Amino acid sequence: MNSMQPKTWSMAGGIQLAANKQQSLQGPIRTALLPPQLIVPVTQPDYSQPQLCVQVGERVQKGQPLVCVLSAQGLAAHAPAAGIVTAITTHAVPTASGLPELCVVIDTDAADTSWHKLPPLDYMQSDIDTVIQRVAESGISGLGGAGFPAHQKLRSSLGKVDTLILNAAECEPYLTADEALLRERAMDVLDGCLILLRITGASRCLIGIEDNKPQALAALRSHAGDPRLHIRVIPAKYPSGADRLLIHALTGTAIPASTLPIDCGVLCHNVGTVFAIARAVLHGEPLLSRITTITGAAVQQPANYEALIGTPIRELLLQSAVDTTRLSQLVCGGPMMGTALANADLPVTRTANCIIAATEPELPLPQPAQACIRCGFCAEVCPVQLLPQQLYWFARNREHARALAHNLADCIECGACAHVCPSHIPLVQYYRATKAEIAEANDKQQRAHHWKLRFDAHQQRKAVEKVAEEQRRAERAVLASQKQQSGTAATLSARDAVAAALARVQAKKAAGDKLASGSVASSNVADDNKDSRS
Amino acid sequence: MLQVVLACVPGTAALWFYFGYGVLINLVWLCVLAVGLEALVLILRQRPVLVYLRDYSAVVTAVLLAVALPPTAPWWLGLCGIFFAIVIAKHLYGGLGYNPFNPAMVGYAALLLAFPVPMTRWLLPAGVTQALPDIGTSFALFLDHDIHTGIDAYTGATPLDKFRQHHALLVSEFWKGTAVMGQWSGVGWEWVNAGFLGGGLYLLHKKIISWHIPLSFLLAMTLLAALFYDGGSSQSHGSPLMHLFGGATMLGAFFIATDPVTAATTTRGKLVYGALVGSVVFVIRAFGAYPDGVAFAVLIGNLAAPLIDRCTQPRTFGHSK
Repeated sequence: MNSMQPKTWSMAGGIQLAANKQQSLQGPIRTALLPPQLIVPVTQPDYSQPQLCVQVGERVQKGQPLVCVLSAQGLAAHAPAAGIVTAITTHAVPTASGLPELCVVIDTDAADTSWHKLPPLDYMQSDIDTVIQRVAESGISGLGGAGFPAHQKLRSSLGKVDTLILNAAECEPYLTADEALLRERAMDVLDGCLILLRITGASRCLIGIEDNKPQALAALRSHAGDPRLHIRVIPAKYPSGADRLLIHALTGTAIPASTLPIDCGVLCHNVGTVFAIARAVLHGEPLLSRITTITGAAVQQPANYEALIGTPIRELLLQSAVDTTRLSQLVCGGPMMGTALANADLPVTRTANCIIAATEPELPLPQPAQACIRCGFCAEVCPVQLLPQQLYWFARNREHARALAHNLADCIECGACAHVCPSHIPLVQYYRATKAEIAEANDKQQRAHHWKLRFDAHQQRKAVEKVAEEQRRAERAVLASQKQQSGTAATLSARDAVAAALARVQAKKAAGDKLASGSVASSNVADDNKDSRS
Repeated sequence: MLQVVLACVPGTAALWFYFGYGVLINLVWLCVLAVGLEALVLILRQRPVLVYLRDYSAVVTAVLLAVALPPTAPWWLGLCGIFFAIVIAKHLYGGLGYNPFNPAMVGYAALLLAFPVPMTRWLLPAGVTQALPDIGTSFALFLDHDIHTGIDAYTGATPLDKFRQHHALLVSEFWKGTAVMGQWSGVGWEWVNAGFLGGGLYLLHKKIISWHIPLSFLLAMTLLAALFYDGGSSQSHGSPLMHLFGGATMLGAFFIATDPVTAATTTRGKLVYGALVGSVVFVIRAFGAYPDGVAFAVLIGNLAAPLIDRCTQPRTFGHSK
C-alpha cells in the first residue's frame, strides 16, 4: 500500500526468541474432524451462574443458543454442532487457574448438518445498537488472550474511540493461528475492521503486524483498500503483541497505568475476534469454532485447525499424528505465557490459540533455581521497565508495600525476565503469587472494614433502642401512676377501651396477613442495606 | 563465573612476571582454601555442596583476593583473609546473593586493618630490582620462615606510596629521581593494569558485565585526577594516567566494583555507583591515609548501593515522572 514505512515506536527491553512458527504453516488451515463429543464451556465472564436454555437429553441444532443471556455483561454460547445434550457438569478447562468450569456436554450427530444461523446484517444501514446486539448474540469474546466479551468492550467504547487497533502481532513463538487466518481470510478480517470502524466511529484502524509474517502481510496489503486502514509493520520482538505495548508501538502513546486504552481513545482487538465479528454480522454465524495451532516436536503433522469450541484437545492431537512416546509436556498457549495442561481431555476454548505437544529437549523442564546475583539482565529485557531483581527480593520477603511502590501491579507477566535469568529463577511465579497475596490481603481488609461498619451500626441501633425503651418505660410509669390516681371511677370507661383495643387488633391482623412474611423479609434487607451504606 | 577467572589471566600473568612466584602461590593457596571453606560452610548450613560449588563464586573471590595480596604474604595471612571473605562476609549473611559487601574486599580490608605490616610489604618489580625472590625463597616467605638474607632486600614502597611523598618536587623531577616510575605510572603496575583492562574488555565483550560501572568509575577518577593534577606542580596529586594505570584501578573498575550482588542494580544507579567508587578511590589516594583505596571505596559504595537503587528507579511504562 504505502511504499514508505510510516513511523512506529520502539519497545524498551523485549527479547528475540526462536520463532518456531514455520512448522505449523506448512499447509492450509485444516478443518478438524467432528469429534464424537463436545464439551462446551458456558461460564460467564463474572463467574455468575449462567441461565441455560437447554436440558440434559435435549436435542440441539448446530448454532442453537445454550445460554440465555440476561444481562449486558453476559456471554452467549451456542451448540457448535448438532447432537444431544448428555450432561451439564463442571469440567476441567485449559485456564491458568486450573479450576473446573460449567460445561454443556453434547454427543454429536454427524448426520445432522443443518445450521441455525441468524440473518445477515447490513451494518451500514442498521443502527449501531443492533450491530452490537448481534455481536452479543453471537457469543464473541476476545480470542487473543484475556477473553473479554467483545460486545461489552464495544459498548463501553462508544463515542470514545479515535483509533482502532487490529492486533496481528502474534509475538509468541509457535503461535500461528492469527497468521494462518490472515494468509487465507484477510478479506474477512478487514471486513471486521470496517464493521468496528462503523460501530465505534473511529477515524482510522492501525493494523500492527510483526515483520516475520511476509505472507500474511502481503494478504493484508492486497485487501486493505479502504483509506482508513493503515498497516504498520513492527520488528519481531517478544512481547510486542501485549496490547499496551502494541498501542505504544503504533501510536507512540503509553497508556497511563491507572487507565484503560479506551480512556485514551484506543480500542484494541485481536485478529481472531475481528474475524468472528465479521462472520457474525455479515453471515449471521455465531462463534462456534476458532483456529487453533497444533504444533510441537511430538506431533508429526503440525498444522492449524479450524476446531469447534469444545473439541477435546486429544482429538486434534490425534489428527496431527501425535507421538505419545516422545510427548513430555502439553502446553496451551505459547511457550512463554501458556499453561501446562495436565491431560489432553480438556476442550478447546475460545482462548485456546495453540497447543504445543513438546518433547523434553524442546521444552526442557525448569532447572533448579540458584541464588539471584542481581546481574540485572531481567531489568534490561523488561518491556515495562520494572526492576525484576528488586521485585523478586520484595516478593520473597513478602514486602507488599515496597513491591507495589516498585510497580509490581504493572507487570504484564510476559516472562521475559525469567527467560534470561542466568540463575533460572521462575520470577513470574513469584510475581503472580505476590499479586494474589496482595489481592487477598486487600479483600480481607475490605471485609474487616465492612464488618466493623456493620458492628458499629448495630451498636448504634442498640443504643437508640435502649433510649426508646427507657422512654417508653417512663411513659408507662407515668400512665400507671395517673391510673392509680383516677382510681375506680375509670372502670366503666376502661371496659370500653378494652373493646376498642380488641377491634383494633382484629383489623390489624386482617391487613397484616397479606404482607406478613414479605414485610419481615424486606425489613431485613432494608436493614442490611442501611448497614452497608452507613 | 569461570569467564571472570579466565579474564583475570592477563593481569595475573603481568603480576607474576613483575613480582614473581609469590603471586601464583597466593592464587593456588587461596583457591584451595576458598573451595574448602565454602564446602565446609555449605555442609554446616545443610546445603547441597556440589550445586553451590559449581557456581564458582568462591573461586572468583579467592582469585580477586589473591591478586590483591602482596606476593610476600605468609600462609596465615591468606587464610585469615579468605576466612573473612567466605565465612563471615558471605555465608554468615546468607550466602551468594545475600551478602551486602563484596566478600573479597571485606577480606582485604580486614587484613589491612589487622595486619598492616605484612599487607604493605610489596616487592620491587622486576626491572627495578636485580633479583626477584626465586621459587624457594617465595615458598620460604609463604611458610613464614625466617630468611637469613632478609626480606628487606626485595621489598620497597609501591609507586603510589612513593608518589605521596614527593614533597617539594615537581612531578617531572620526582619521575626522574626514582626508579619505580615507568612510562605513565609505576614500573610493572602499568602492565598489570593494562592486563586487567584487557580482561575487563573481554568481560564487556562477552556481556558478563555491563559498561556502566567501569566507565563511570574510570571517568570519575580521570576527572578528579585532572582537576588535582595542578600542572604537575609540587602540589600535584598525580596525572590521570598515573592513577588509571596505577595500583588496583583496573582490577577495581572491571572486576571488583562490577560484582552485581553488592553493586547498585538499576541502570542509572550503576553509573552513580561507579562514579562514587571511582571518586572515593581517588580521594583516598590523594588525601587519605592509605596509598590505594579500592577496597575501602568499594565497601563504601556497597553501603550506598541500596539507597542509590532506591533513588534511581526507572520510570515504568505508563507512569509519569
